Amino acid sequence: MDKTTLLLCLAGALFTIGLAGVVIRRNALVMLMCMELMLNGVNLSLVTFAQERGDMAPAILVFLVFVVATAEVALAIPIVLLLVKHRRSLDLGDYDVLKG
Amino acid sequence: MTSGFPHLLAAIALLPLAGFLLNGTFATALGGHRFSHRTAALVACATPIAAFALTVMAFFQLQGQGFDPIVEPLYRWATVGDSSFDIAFYFDRLSAVMTLIVTGVGSVIHIYSTGYMHDDKSFGRFMAYLNLFLFFMLLLVLGRSMLVLFVGWEGVGLASYLLIGFWFDELANAQAGRKAFITNRIGDAGFLLGMFLLYRAFGTLDMDTINSAFISGSGAMVSASLVGLLLFVGATGKSAQIPLYVWLPDAMAGPTPVSALIHAATMVTAGVYLIARMAGIYVHAPEASHVIAVVGVLTAFFAATIALVQTDIKKVLAYSTVSQLGFMFLALGVGAYGVAIFHVVTHAFFKACLFLGAGSVIHALGGEQDIRKMGGLRTKIPFTFWTFVIATAAIAGIPGLAGFFSKDEILWYAFASEAGGATWLWAMAAMTALMTAFYMFRLLWLTFMGPSRMSHEVEHHVHESPFSMTGVLMVLAALSAFGGYIHIPHFLEPLLPLPGVQVAKEHFEQPLLIVSIVLAFTGLGLAVFFFGGPASRPEAVKQALLPLHRLLSGKYFVDELYERVIGRPLVWISERVLLRMGDQMLLDGSLNGLASLAQRSAGLLARVQNGSLHFYMMFVMIGLAGALLWSWRHG
Repeated sequence: MDKTTLLLCLAGALFTIGLAGVVIRRNALVMLMCMELMLNGVNLSLVTFAQERGDMAPAILVFLVFVVATAEVALAIPIVLLLVKHRRSLDLGDYDVLKG
Repeated sequence: MTSGFPHLLAAIALLPLAGFLLNGTFATALGGHRFSHRTAALVACATPIAAFALTVMAFFQLQGQGFDPIVEPLYRWATVGDSSFDIAFYFDRLSAVMTLIVTGVGSVIHIYSTGYMHDDKSFGRFMAYLNLFLFFMLLLVLGRSMLVLFVGWEGVGLASYLLIGFWFDELANAQAGRKAFITNRIGDAGFLLGMFLLYRAFGTLDMDTINSAFISGSGAMVSASLVGLLLFVGATGKSAQIPLYVWLPDAMAGPTPVSALIHAATMVTAGVYLIARMAGIYVHAPEASHVIAVVGVLTAFFAATIALVQTDIKKVLAYSTVSQLGFMFLALGVGAYGVAIFHVVTHAFFKACLFLGAGSVIHALGGEQDIRKMGGLRTKIPFTFWTFVIATAAIAGIPGLAGFFSKDEILWYAFASEAGGATWLWAMAAMTALMTAFYMFRLLWLTFMGPSRMSHEVEHHVHESPFSMTGVLMVLAALSAFGGYIHIPHFLEPLLPLPGVQVAKEHFEQPLLIVSIVLAFTGLGLAVFFFGGPASRPEAVKQALLPLHRLLSGKYFVDELYERVIGRPLVWISERVLLRMGDQMLLDGSLNGLASLAQRSAGLLARVQNGSLHFYMMFVMIGLAGALLWSWRHG
């Protein structure tokens, strides 16, 4: 197994752990962190491909993902805070009335 | 065009439209009644009077160029393929006569209306509608193309509808307006079909072109009789002939000046104008002409019999109008087009005078229309009385007055014309003339003579109308007296030649003249005998002929017949077939079915949205796995 395959396996593992976390865990904050894991798994694969091909385009995409992820967290955390203030619970199962 | 006035004819037609727009905008509830009463009246009367002045100008211009028609193209309305439709005005001897009548009589009736409608809360709206009517009527008589004529034709129908139902807060009035409109639509269908046929044959709707094509013999592409009959169907609607006359008596629901202007003097003669205008076709259509003559004389006769027993002052006049229109169609049917127009003119004078006189009586009596509750009015409203006498004598055919000349010529041509004159036509027309004299003098006697039958309170309030009304009555009475000396058939002869006279009947002219004079005076004498004496005399006749009286006062039950034969089956089909099966089952059913299908399937799908993020996430995972699987299989 060379280095590239190893790094891609790691990226896949990160993504899978993140996905499993989002599906299984009920805590909103943990779910958010798991989403970050998924994003970073993708980032890792992008960087690996950039190294492999000597192409800078994927590396730039990584920075775009950073920006979007930051913005997303900046929105998501206040929402979670407000929810917690409202019901004193981080369990998303308590909030199914929000289905509209 | 030699005149300094480039769009003289357009100006004639558009002036009343301007009046309508001004009053319609500023003098009605729509515009918040910005105009005072006086301004509205001024605008409404000034525009027709100006139009009349311009018509006189146009007439002199026409005379100046030796009666060559003035053609005034305004603009191109539409171009379809190779053919184009122009808005153009056409002014020849015939349109000159009609335009003078429409603007002249129209103007005086506008002036009368300012007095008659003075206290109405919708005065501005009334005057605006009258102006609108005049605009469409002028379009009708001035248009060169049948298309322009048709726009006017429909427009006067609209104005008539609006004015019959002017007091629409009473259901009967609104229904009368609707009846007029719908009855006219039936005739219009015939008119349209005739127009289509003409257009297919000639590729144009310009009436002068069509006429000359028929006269030069190149009209063989289309059957003159068929076109003639179809156009006549249109005329029966607008001019209230059998079988479509039923709307006119009901149209009396409108204010009286409307009855005078639209339903006596101008609009109802549009059918006569149409047929005289298209005389080129009818000259080549003896069958169609014969149908017109027969329908005309039957209408004249039966309407006169109904008028004998009516008790509403306006209804008597309405049936008399139907009857007189029948006379005009009789003249058209025997080829005497100029004579028919002559009767249009004299009838416009005396019938407008009669209606306005009736309006003055109704005004004086505070709304009473039943002649059984009148009587003895001659000294109380003398101006109305004397003008009414002159107009009655004119319509009855008393020698020397307008109606005598035109009616006598109609009788003569009905008897002796080479183009279908027959003794039985004359006999029926003469009988009608006798009845006309009788019922008109009956009306005069019951209304003005004898003792008063008014209730005390009504009698107390009787007053002569203001000068704006009586002045108009005097003008019209003068015209009814002397209008017969303008010899219109002679004036129109270069355009509408009079038919020849059957040689065998030539020497009957003098005797027939004497007969018709005798008939007029017999009618007068009978009316005086029955209604000047004790009330038991007419009562005895009524008792002796009770079934006949019932038939006549029931108007031959034609309305009931139409209701049963046409109205009810139509309602049944509309209700059962069109409404229930078509609208409710087919259209509503399919739409409602689709809607409920969508609703039910949406109800099923909505269960998926249960608010649990993990549930949604599971779907995302399934989707992701599916996408991966698919790309692996097909990669």
